[in-house]
Amino acid sequence: MSTQSARAGEPNHARNFAILWAVATAIMVPVMIWVIGPHIPPGDMTNDTRAQHDVNVVLSTLAMPVLMMVWTFLAYAIVNFRAGRSEAIADGPPLRGGPRIQLTWIAVTAFMVVGLAAYGTIDLLTAAGHSGVGSGEGPNPLAKPASAGKALQVQVIGQQWFWSFRYPAYGGVETPTLEIPVNTDVEFHVTSLDVVHSFWAIELGVKADAVPGADNTAFVTAYRKGSFQIRCNELCGLWHGHMNSTGHVVSGPAFTQWIAAQETKYAPVTKQLPPYSTSYYPIPTRNG
Amino acid sequence: MESASVPVSPGKTAAPRLARLVGFNVVSATILAIVAYILGHKLGAVVGHHTTWNTASDQDDMAIFFGMGFAILGWMAGLGFFNYPLGRILGRSISLHEGVEEGSAWRYMRLCTDHKVVALQYLVATLFFFFVAGLNAMFIRSELTSVHGTLFPAGNYLTLVGLHGTMMLMMMSAGVIGPLGNYLVPILIGTRRMAFPRIESLTMWLTVLAGFVLLSATLLGGFPTGWTGYAPLSDEARAGIDAYLVSFLLIGLSLVLVGLNIITTVMTQRAPGMTWNRLPIVVWGFVTTSILAVLSAPVLAAALVMTASDRTIDTTFFVSSSGGSPLLWDELFWFFGHPEVYILALPGFGIVLEILPVFARKPLWGYKLAVSGLFGVALMSFMVWQHHLFMSGINANLRPFYMFTTELISIPTGFIFLNGMGTMWKAKIRFTVPMLFCMAFFFNFLFGGLSGVFLSDVPSDTLTHGSFFVMAHFHYTIMGGLVFALMGGIYYWLPKMTGFRLNEALAKVHFWTMFIFFNLTFFPLFAAGMLGMPRRVSSYNAALHNLNVFVSAMAFCLGLSMLIFLYNLVYSLVFKRERAEANPWQAKSLEWQLPSPVPVYNFERLPTITSDPYNYGEPDAPPVADFGRARVAMGEAGA
Amino acid sequence: MRARLLGAVATLAVLIGFVVVYFIFILEEAPPAVSAVVNGSTAEVTLQTVASYGRHPYPDWVSYLARDPSGKWQHSTIIHVPAGTQVVHVTLYEYDTSTGLRNPFFAYVRGTVGGTMSVNGAPVSYVNAASPAHTFTMPDLNVNVPLPGVNANAKNQCSVAPCNTSEAHNTITFSFRTPKPGNYRFQCIVPCALGFLYGFGGPMQTIGYMDGMIEVS
Repeated sequence: MSTQSARAGEPNHARNFAILWAVATAIMVPVMIWVIGPHIPPGDMTNDTRAQHDVNVVLSTLAMPVLMMVWTFLAYAIVNFRAGRSEAIADGPPLRGGPRIQLTWIAVTAFMVVGLAAYGTIDLLTAAGHSGVGSGEGPNPLAKPASAGKALQVQVIGQQWFWSFRYPAYGGVETPTLEIPVNTDVEFHVTSLDVVHSFWAIELGVKADAVPGADNTAFVTAYRKGSFQIRCNELCGLWHGHMNSTGHVVSGPAFTQWIAAQETKYAPVTKQLPPYSTSYYPIPTRNG
Repeated sequence: MESASVPVSPGKTAAPRLARLVGFNVVSATILAIVAYILGHKLGAVVGHHTTWNTASDQDDMAIFFGMGFAILGWMAGLGFFNYPLGRILGRSISLHEGVEEGSAWRYMRLCTDHKVVALQYLVATLFFFFVAGLNAMFIRSELTSVHGTLFPAGNYLTLVGLHGTMMLMMMSAGVIGPLGNYLVPILIGTRRMAFPRIESLTMWLTVLAGFVLLSATLLGGFPTGWTGYAPLSDEARAGIDAYLVSFLLIGLSLVLVGLNIITTVMTQRAPGMTWNRLPIVVWGFVTTSILAVLSAPVLAAALVMTASDRTIDTTFFVSSSGGSPLLWDELFWFFGHPEVYILALPGFGIVLEILPVFARKPLWGYKLAVSGLFGVALMSFMVWQHHLFMSGINANLRPFYMFTTELISIPTGFIFLNGMGTMWKAKIRFTVPMLFCMAFFFNFLFGGLSGVFLSDVPSDTLTHGSFFVMAHFHYTIMGGLVFALMGGIYYWLPKMTGFRLNEALAKVHFWTMFIFFNLTFFPLFAAGMLGMPRRVSSYNAALHNLNVFVSAMAFCLGLSMLIFLYNLVYSLVFKRERAEANPWQAKSLEWQLPSPVPVYNFERLPTITSDPYNYGEPDAPPVADFGRARVAMGEAGA
Repeated sequence: MRARLLGAVATLAVLIGFVVVYFIFILEEAPPAVSAVVNGSTAEVTLQTVASYGRHPYPDWVSYLARDPSGKWQHSTIIHVPAGTQVVHVTLYEYDTSTGLRNPFFAYVRGTVGGTMSVNGAPVSYVNAASPAHTFTMPDLNVNVPLPGVNANAKNQCSVAPCNTSEAHNTITFSFRTPKPGNYRFQCIVPCALGFLYGFGGPMQTIGYMDGMIEVS
């Protein structure tokens, strides 16, 4: 388009558009990185949320040139490529396509896309200490931190419509609330007793679907004490929207104290629980 | 809804009117469907009576499925779809034409083999259900104005959510290829009818039936699964989900038949001179959509039947304690579900690229690139479905692969943007209402596409999967993309389809209010999702209260803008009825060379195509078709 | 012209009628709220759980019923508690036979005043996981009360609601602190919905049967 000789007097649209685009990008990219970026969720409470935050900032920043290209183009076209006010309808130039532009476009988009996929894969497998960025990785996680298997194991049991948590290292005690110690590697094993739920510990950055009969593994290490919301993220029936809970990240000693108290309190019930297992098959399947 | 009051031509007596009423039409179909449902229900109760759990649960799914199955047959019989096959079996000679008498408005209420009538029937049906689903959306937003949602009991709220989603997706799948595909494909390729006109009408009436079957879920206790129907909640659910299963099955069947019809028509009935290079881009859009529909809908049908059998004959496809797996449903559903969303998107691409050259007065820039983009998207849409399951505990080795394929699909999608920008480059743009909708398409779909890149990246998806971010993403692509393109298409083609002009001032008000309020409604939802609001909840974090109230207010305004559209349609088509000229947009494509509305047999003589429809700005370019010296097609009157 | 206007108005009326019926009669349908009886600073709530409701449209479904201030049993699980009270005292007549818990964790009494419930007069803090017929669980308040079921061999079992105390039953009482104004859901967590997969469909997912709300205002 740009190399065809412009008709005499006609502005060099290609150059003008390119300048506008460059300026818009040059403004928005730093704004995204330094002004908007720090406010993008999910915060910095854990290794997972920090990695997710970084990914979001990178993607938002890379989106800026694309967004600016289309916006400046639309604005430029609306201003400069209008039909005249005359009654007669005039045709535009019969441009049918430019192979060079098309090939450049394909090459650039392909490069960006493949780069994004590579970045995403590397990030998924290595970021946050190889924790899988808090996503549910199934029974055989690909991204495993060094402490996998030796970390604090917490089983998250989803049932209609309540979350309960079992700590196999503490006698398999089941608790109604979730507490984890700070600066400790935690390994979640998420499962369900009935339908598909999804364990979303928002400020912790962990999201793993609870599938009955399956074990979904996710890893996290919290760096700060505080509380986090737990919400069910997969429609599971009547009270899906009410299947909420609050979890706490507490200091190591506080956690030890808490779990001991839970073990004592629920001892009569822990005896009745089935032995700890990564998945449970509730029976009977159909009453009646 | 079509106004039933039509001026009767003088000379018609009352008896023929009664005969028409009692004949094969929608009224007899409704009556027969209800009677058949009752019969089927009784039969099903007998068949299923030995299952002990029916007595305990007070819910006879077998009876409901039998009833609905019989009702479908009763509906089809009442409309007259069995007349031709039965007549031929009995050795009678039956006309292939049904109800094509020109000028009779009653043919809109029955089986009609005129593709233009079917298209208008489709348009009314999909717009009706679109508005019903939109009403559900207004109810949903009302519920979300309070943090703990107290307007609807929790179960009914979930039914509302499910009805909104399912109805929109069902109706919009047929929402463009139904009305516009059936209308435009024969005309644009220069033929008189679709390859299978009777099946064309069947798909339309099945779509209508599917919509009403889905609404009947309300009477059966509602369904709690949303449009995705995840198992085993679907196995656990009350009887309303049987309505969901049957209606989705009908739509699946309808999609396959529509797809086969369009592909066959385009492959075999193109006029002389209509080479593949001259095929209008909107037809390419319909063809690629049809390929997707034909290949993906059967998988959905299989999954729905599996759920139905889990609920009736005690199979355990999705019950893990008996050897099944909920992930099986997820995989089957999304194998259909992802091509389904491209069934929604591709016609939108086609419409926009068809309309842009007319109002830019320039050829479509990069025709071959556009076609490859459409095919690229269609082909690759079969290879990305696991991105809906990134957090579900699928084999972790699969995630990088599907991340890659999902990122890859944005390459052909990007071609559409290049085509659009190339067409608008150095153009002489006339800002008519269809053009405004097309430009808004690019603005909206950009947000949809970019947010899709976020979602395809697994680390980012960990935050946003299943949240309102996803909601904003697909509303930007489907509503901001497809529905805007559909609106543009309706404003563009309705003068041709009906012969009447739509009010331009009202149309512009509709456009601006819809565009502004659509963006104000859905853009904040990206933030809501990232800040921790899951989908399908009526109870959310109190910190998001103000945001939700704002979004609900904007959503109500969006609803009002749609009412302006409805008012424009009723006012212009029912009351004002101002005749439109044959070519109000000065377009060069084939349909605009015909009178408005297009006569029953489309062309007096089948044309010979001499050019593609995009030769704006080319001096001495031939017209799109030659109507004079064309060969007369074989058996012209009966074709 | 007038015919068209009439036709349009008629169609509009039909559509608005459809919306009104759909909205008000079908979707907003909820059981009526039952008020607690206020006794000083205690709100008295009386409930019963039955094995089969016995009436249209779902005669075989298990159900909760609540007693209104006039002493009549209402088929409702929406209970209104005044905000000024300190404690909600629940008396529950359990007429159904045991089904047993899916997750034995819920055999433990949680969140009540004193951490116990009283079963036929005796204080109990946990039960055998096979004994509950239903539970009264309020996850938002961390309250859980397993309701031991009637022996399957007991004579004079109740079959149709509302049941009266001459039929075989267990009387369970417990109290919990009145929460801040708001709506708090309660549900049963025993898979007691006969005929449904995992025992959790039907009445277990329908407000008015095994799910309800305590509205404090």
